[in-house]
Amino acid sequence: MEIDPFIFRLSIFILSIFIGYYVVWSVTPSLHTPLMSVTNAISSVIIVGAIIAGLSGDSQSIFNTSSIFGFLAISLAAINIFGGFLVTQRMLRMYKKKKKDKQK
Amino acid sequence: MTANLSAIFYLISGILFILALRGLSSPETSRQGNFFGILGMIIAITVTFLLIGNFSSVFIYVLIFLLIGGLIGAFIAYKIPMTAMPELVAGFHSLVGLAAVFVAIAAFLNPEAFRLGSPGNIKLSSLIEMSIGAAIGAITFSGSIVAFLKLRGIMSGLPITFKGQHYINLLLGITIIVLTFYLCNTQSEIFFWRLIAISFLLGLLLIIPIGGADMPVVISMLNSYSGWAAAGIGFTLENSALIITGALVGSSGAILSYIMCKGMNRSFFNVILGGFGATDQTLSSKGKEQKPVKSGNAEDAAFLMKNASSVIIVPGYGMAVAQAQHALREMVDTLKKNDIKVSYAIHPVAGRMPGHMNVLLAEANVPYDEVFELEEINNDFANADVAFVIGANDVTNPIAKTDPQSPIYGMPVLDVEKCKSVLFVKRSLSPGYAGVDNELFYRDNTLMLFADAKKMTEEIIKNLN
Repeated sequence: MEIDPFIFRLSIFILSIFIGYYVVWSVTPSLHTPLMSVTNAISSVIIVGAIIAGLSGDSQSIFNTSSIFGFLAISLAAINIFGGFLVTQRMLRMYKKKKKDKQK
Repeated sequence: MTANLSAIFYLISGILFILALRGLSSPETSRQGNFFGILGMIIAITVTFLLIGNFSSVFIYVLIFLLIGGLIGAFIAYKIPMTAMPELVAGFHSLVGLAAVFVAIAAFLNPEAFRLGSPGNIKLSSLIEMSIGAAIGAITFSGSIVAFLKLRGIMSGLPITFKGQHYINLLLGITIIVLTFYLCNTQSEIFFWRLIAISFLLGLLLIIPIGGADMPVVISMLNSYSGWAAAGIGFTLENSALIITGALVGSSGAILSYIMCKGMNRSFFNVILGGFGATDQTLSSKGKEQKPVKSGNAEDAAFLMKNASSVIIVPGYGMAVAQAQHALREMVDTLKKNDIKVSYAIHPVAGRMPGHMNVLLAEANVPYDEVFELEEINNDFANADVAFVIGANDVTNPIAKTDPQSPIYGMPVLDVEKCKSVLFVKRSLSPGYAGVDNELFYRDNTLMLFADAKKMTEEIIKNLN
C-alpha cells in the first residue's frame, strides 16, 4: 500500500493551520495592522506559480496565452511583495518605546 | 536544481514566514521578523528560477515584469499616508486574489509547464485544487475591490441590501460547486471561465451589504480568503512554501475576524449577512425627546485637563478622518509637561481595521507603552480625572451594559463614564454607526465639545499654554 503524496501535503497544510493559530494568537493587538500587511506580502509567494508559467515559453515563443497570464501575475504579486514588506517595515519603525530621558 | 533539493528550500522559506509572524509578538522583535519574511521570499523566488533553469531571453521578460511590479509596490509603500492603511490593505488583498486567478488560468491552459498532465487531460485532484484556488481568488479580488471603494469613500459606506440577497449568494455558491463538478467531468474550458465569472460576482455581492464600521471584520475575512486561495494554488503546484503560507495567512485572517466580531459582541454570520442599520432604525428614532446636553469650548476643556492628575485618551475613527493624531500628541506633550499622567485606551474595533489606531498613534510618535487595550485599562477609568474621547462613539456607550433591548447590548465598552469628567469631541449629537443614541452625551459629568477633532485639539493646546 502506497500513500498518496497528496496526503503528505494535506498534513503540512493542517499542521500549518495549527502553527498559524498559535503564532497569530501571540501577536500583540497593537501590531495587528502590520500583521495584515505582512501576511499580504508573504501570501504573494504565489509568484512562484506565476514564474513557472512565465518561464514556460522559450526564446521563439515568449508569449502564449498561459505565459501572458503568468507575466501579469508576476507583476501583481511583485507589487504586493515589495509594497507589503516595505510598508510593514515603515510601520514597524514607528513603534517606539518611551524614552527614559523624557520622563524626568 | 533537483526537485527534492528545491522542496527543502521551499520548506525553509515556509519556516522563515512562520518566524516573520512570530516576530510580531512584540514591537522589539517585529523588525527582525519582517527581515525573515523578506529572506523567505528571496529564497522562494531564487529557488524557482534555479528549478526551472530557463535562463533564455524569457528570463529577461520575467525580470522586467517583476521589476515593474516591484517599483509600483515600492512607490506605493513610501507614498501612502498612514491614515490610508485600511484601503491599502484591501487593495493588496485584491491583488493576491487576482494573482491566484491568473496562476490558476495559466496552469489550466498550460498544464505541461506545471507537470499536471496535458490540456484536456489534467489530473482530477489538480483540477479540483485549481478550481478552489481560482474561485476563492476571484471572490477575494472582487470583494476586496468593493471594500477598497467603500473605505476610500468612492462608494457609500452604507450597507446595500435587497430582498432575497442571501438566497442569490447561496445559489451562486452552489453554482460554483456544480461548475467545478462539470469541469472535472468534461475538462471543458467553458466551465472554467464560467466558474471564475460567477466567483467574481459572488465576491461583489458578499461585500456590498456590509457597512462601513464593520470593515475591520471584512478586511480580516478577505485576508483569510487570500490565504486559502494561495493554499489552493499551493496544492496545485505541489509547493510546500505556498501551502504553509496559505495556511498561516488563512488562519491569521480568521483569528482577526473572530477578535473583531467579539469586540462588537456579534456573531460572524450576523456581520456577514448585512448591516447593523437595517433593523435598528426604529430604536434610534424612538428616543428622540430633547435631553439636556452640556456643551463647552476649548477653554473649558483646557481648564479641566490642567487641573487633572490623570487623563485617558479614547481615540476612534473620527480621529483618523480628521487626521488629528499629531495635534493630539502635541496636546499630550503639553499635559505631560504639567506633570499630568496620560494614557491611551484602544477598543478592539476602533477604526476601520485591526490595530488601525495603534498605527496612527505610532506615526504621531506616541510610545507604544502608553497605549493600552480595553482589558488592560478599563479598571483605570474609575481612578482617572478626565477621559478625552476623540472620534469614538459606540465603543463608549454605557447602554451596552444596561439595556438588553439595545442592539449593542453585551458589546464590551470602555468604562468612560466612570471618570470624574468626560470630554467628548464630536461634530454633532448624531448617533454612531450602530444607530444608537449615546447615553454618555447626557450624563452630568460629560462636557460635549462640538467641533472637528483636529481643530478642537489645536484650540485646546493654545488654551493650555
